[in-house]
Amino acid sequence: MSDRRTISVTINGEAYEREVETRLTLADFIRHEVLLTGTHVGCEHGVCGACTILLNGRTARSCLMLAVQANGQEIMTVEGIAPNDTELHPLQQAFQDNHGLQCGFCTPGMLTTLIEFLGDNPDPTEREVREAISGNLCRCTGYQGIVAAALDAAKRLKGKETAGA
Amino acid sequence: MGAKMFGARVARLEDPRLLTGRGSYTDDFHLPGMLEAAFVRSPHSHAKINGIDTAAAKAHPGVVAVYTVADLPEYLRDMTVPFQVPNPAISQPFQQRLLEDREVCFAGEPIALVVADSRYNAEDAATLVEIDFDILPGASDCKSALDDNAPMCHANSSNNEGAKYTVGYGDVSDAFANAHLTHREEYWIHRGGGFAIENRAVVAEYNELQDMLTIWSATQSPFLVKQNVVDMLGWESDKVRVIAPDVGGGFGPKTIYYVEEALIPLVAKELGHPVKWVEDRRENFLATNMERDQYWDMEIAVDAGGKLLGVRGKMTHDSGAYMPWGIISPYISATTLPGPYILPAYELETRVALTNKVAVTPVRGAGRPQAVFAMERLMDRAADKLGIDRVEIRRRNLIPTEQMPYALGLIFRDGKPMTYDSGDYPKCQVEALRIADYEGFRARQETARAEDRHIGLGIANYVEGTGLGPFEGATVRIQPSGRICIYTGGGDSGQGHWTTLAQVAADKFGVGIEDIDVQKGDTGKIASGVGTFASRIAVNAGSSVHLAATEVREKALKVAAYMLEAAEEDLDIVDGRVVVKGADLSVGLAEIARAVQGMPGFSLPGGVEPGLEATHYFSPSQSCYCNGTAVVEVEVDPETGWVDILKYSMAHDSGTLINPFVVDGQVQGAVAQGVGNALLEWMIYDDNANPVSASFAEYLLPSAPETPNVDVVHIESPSPINPLGVKGAGEGGTIPAPAAIMSAIEDALSPWNVVISGAPITPSMIVEKVRAGS
Ligand code: FES
Ligand code: FES
Repeated sequence: MSDRRTISVTINGEAYEREVETRLTLADFIRHEVLLTGTHVGCEHGVCGACTILLNGRTARSCLMLAVQANGQEIMTVEGIAPNDTELHPLQQAFQDNHGLQCGFCTPGMLTTLIEFLGDNPDPTEREVREAISGNLCRCTGYQGIVAAALDAAKRLKGKETAGA
Repeated sequence: MGAKMFGARVARLEDPRLLTGRGSYTDDFHLPGMLEAAFVRSPHSHAKINGIDTAAAKAHPGVVAVYTVADLPEYLRDMTVPFQVPNPAISQPFQQRLLEDREVCFAGEPIALVVADSRYNAEDAATLVEIDFDILPGASDCKSALDDNAPMCHANSSNNEGAKYTVGYGDVSDAFANAHLTHREEYWIHRGGGFAIENRAVVAEYNELQDMLTIWSATQSPFLVKQNVVDMLGWESDKVRVIAPDVGGGFGPKTIYYVEEALIPLVAKELGHPVKWVEDRRENFLATNMERDQYWDMEIAVDAGGKLLGVRGKMTHDSGAYMPWGIISPYISATTLPGPYILPAYELETRVALTNKVAVTPVRGAGRPQAVFAMERLMDRAADKLGIDRVEIRRRNLIPTEQMPYALGLIFRDGKPMTYDSGDYPKCQVEALRIADYEGFRARQETARAEDRHIGLGIANYVEGTGLGPFEGATVRIQPSGRICIYTGGGDSGQGHWTTLAQVAADKFGVGIEDIDVQKGDTGKIASGVGTFASRIAVNAGSSVHLAATEVREKALKVAAYMLEAAEEDLDIVDGRVVVKGADLSVGLAEIARAVQGMPGFSLPGGVEPGLEATHYFSPSQSCYCNGTAVVEVEVDPETGWVDILKYSMAHDSGTLINPFVVDGQVQGAVAQGVGNALLEWMIYDDNANPVSASFAEYLLPSAPETPNVDVVHIESPSPINPLGVKGAGEGGTIPAPAAIMSAIEDALSPWNVVISGAPITPSMIVEKVRAGS
């Protein structure tokens, strides 16, 4: 029953080595073993998207993966998005400025999903944003603030690029 | 002096923590030595239990304890959840026991509790608990449950009627006798849930040294949890502290007190370890209360000009197997029906049916979407039959603003006569139509029809009692650091109380909201509280913050006058400092706070009481009434039945706004739930009341592509019955949505004479109706 393996993963740039039960989900590993509780669990059946993380830069539902499947891979969670302890990432700032969150429970999954999306599609339409987050449920906002935040963030990120170029 | 904060469209203070993963929700607590719990729940909607065998579960590795009724302390074995809101109309107030060992009455009812070193082991062991059931037939549909030969919800009852009452006023028979036109129709509204993305969760820790039990619960009402823990478990009130930390959405179901909130503290104390239980989504579908299921058999009477003469009918309400919240939801339904219209006569008989489903308690909107659906459908029918525009018939019946305050002739759930305190209903409708470009709509519709596209427009009005009493308090305290702290009892599940309550206080001290902390939902921080439900926090807690902050300001001025040797009238508070007007003399709030902390042997400056703080418990004289108009434009594909909401416009009057940014968000989120109620969400049970749609794969929540943007226009009719003029704003968006959306779909499909009398409506139902009409 409790088959155990040792795994090493990098989360938000930090290396972790842990012995885990093979049946432990990646979401539970991140939340309850590494104690990074920013990643949330809303359904455990792959529908709500609250548990979305970035695995080697690509979104994954951590409730549908086992921790052992992440062995040797690189993970980014919501805790790794901001550049430092006092500043917000432009996407996070856009969420605050556009009332893109209420209870904040879906927010980590929305942010990770949108980071991947805006990387692939830096200049999206509203429709494209809505499709991009169609696998993330939010019960509070009616999505309006989230969509506005994503569009606003796209602008800010582009501005940053131009400024940096 | 900083910009005025009250009324400002400012971003929320809550957000940076939540955006960076630093929130602390109940499942985020990891306490030393913590054990985890899993429940064994009934897989049947109705069954007799012959025996429970826990031997195999107890022997499972990692298991610390397994509890059935027999393992509970004797005094708790037959104890039921306290009946919260009694009412003489209730004849069978069944309440749930902590665990069940004789008869389970809904699928999901807890039978045993397993505590283990991990949730994984607890769940493994839970599957090993063997229960011998005799499956009984279940009462499923609430209307059939009241039939003579229906299966009994509770085996020992002789019928399934839980309550019966009639509300009304005026001479209804006379109204119908003199009517130019009447119309009778039956309506049905589905069952659905709150479905916060965070499920329920409880952590309890007993500290033996302090003899203190601390409970963290994902609840909207920590004081209610505390009161029930104290009442049920018989513990001293000052030995129990309940904290609602960050809560990931509430929407009503987390208002209610659940058996898990008694059992987890109980076993934590018994086992001497902190214990955590986190509901999983399947449990949430089975064991968290829901709402809505109602049938309305209604009749409307109007004169030749479309003026209302009377409405009468019967309503059947599904209460589920238990009645923890009594008849609050159906009672609100019954009193919501007249809405914003002059309705001279009204009578509604309500029968509440017991069925073998999880209990019905308020979900965002709380009985109102159903009533508004019935009333607004009747208005549409009367208009259609008279050949009057659906907008026009409403305009002719709206209560003119000169008639405010308007006494309705009914008694609200707070026991007070229903008097609409303020509002401009005609203006609200006009404004909603304006932003919806109603004037241009018929031309748009013609153009679309020429292109074989089917667009339609629907409208619905509502009035909503908000700001329910009896009170919600606030303490405002200026700390020796000069930082201002506000304490209040209701939890926050996304409403943004830190921001809005800080906005209420900030102007009193000339500070920005970032100088203010708000600690909410902690019974250890303020003596009394009620909870965050019934759109009541802005009104109750907001007014209390206003009163307390005003008192603290006065005290600060008094002490400063003494310290600065100036007259109080010459003082003002600017940027957190008391200044002598026109002079270069001032003292900071921090110094004043330190001065009134007291120093041994010295009397307090100005002879005041110690502490720069004040507590108020504002108690409203009655509810205040929010109102609104929703105008929806849809496009329907008659071949696929797909409904696309093209434009959703809402005029919303929740009195004076503390923060329009936050209110917009509340309206938008509430509309999304209404869209779900209208088009997607449907909790389906089989004929024996076993749940069929118990996951997000079958029960569909609105996702981003099908959720419309909402254009909101705010009308601000200040409430005269609280010092801020505010009204509740959290539920209004949900209430008219199903009615307005159905009206729009009918309009779009008028070439096929489609008539919709229920919600939700799915694409396949639409296609069937189109086929029948062509
Ligand atoms: S928790 Fe993983 S998708 Fe819902
Ligand atoms: S902000 Fe609460 S679920 Fe999205």
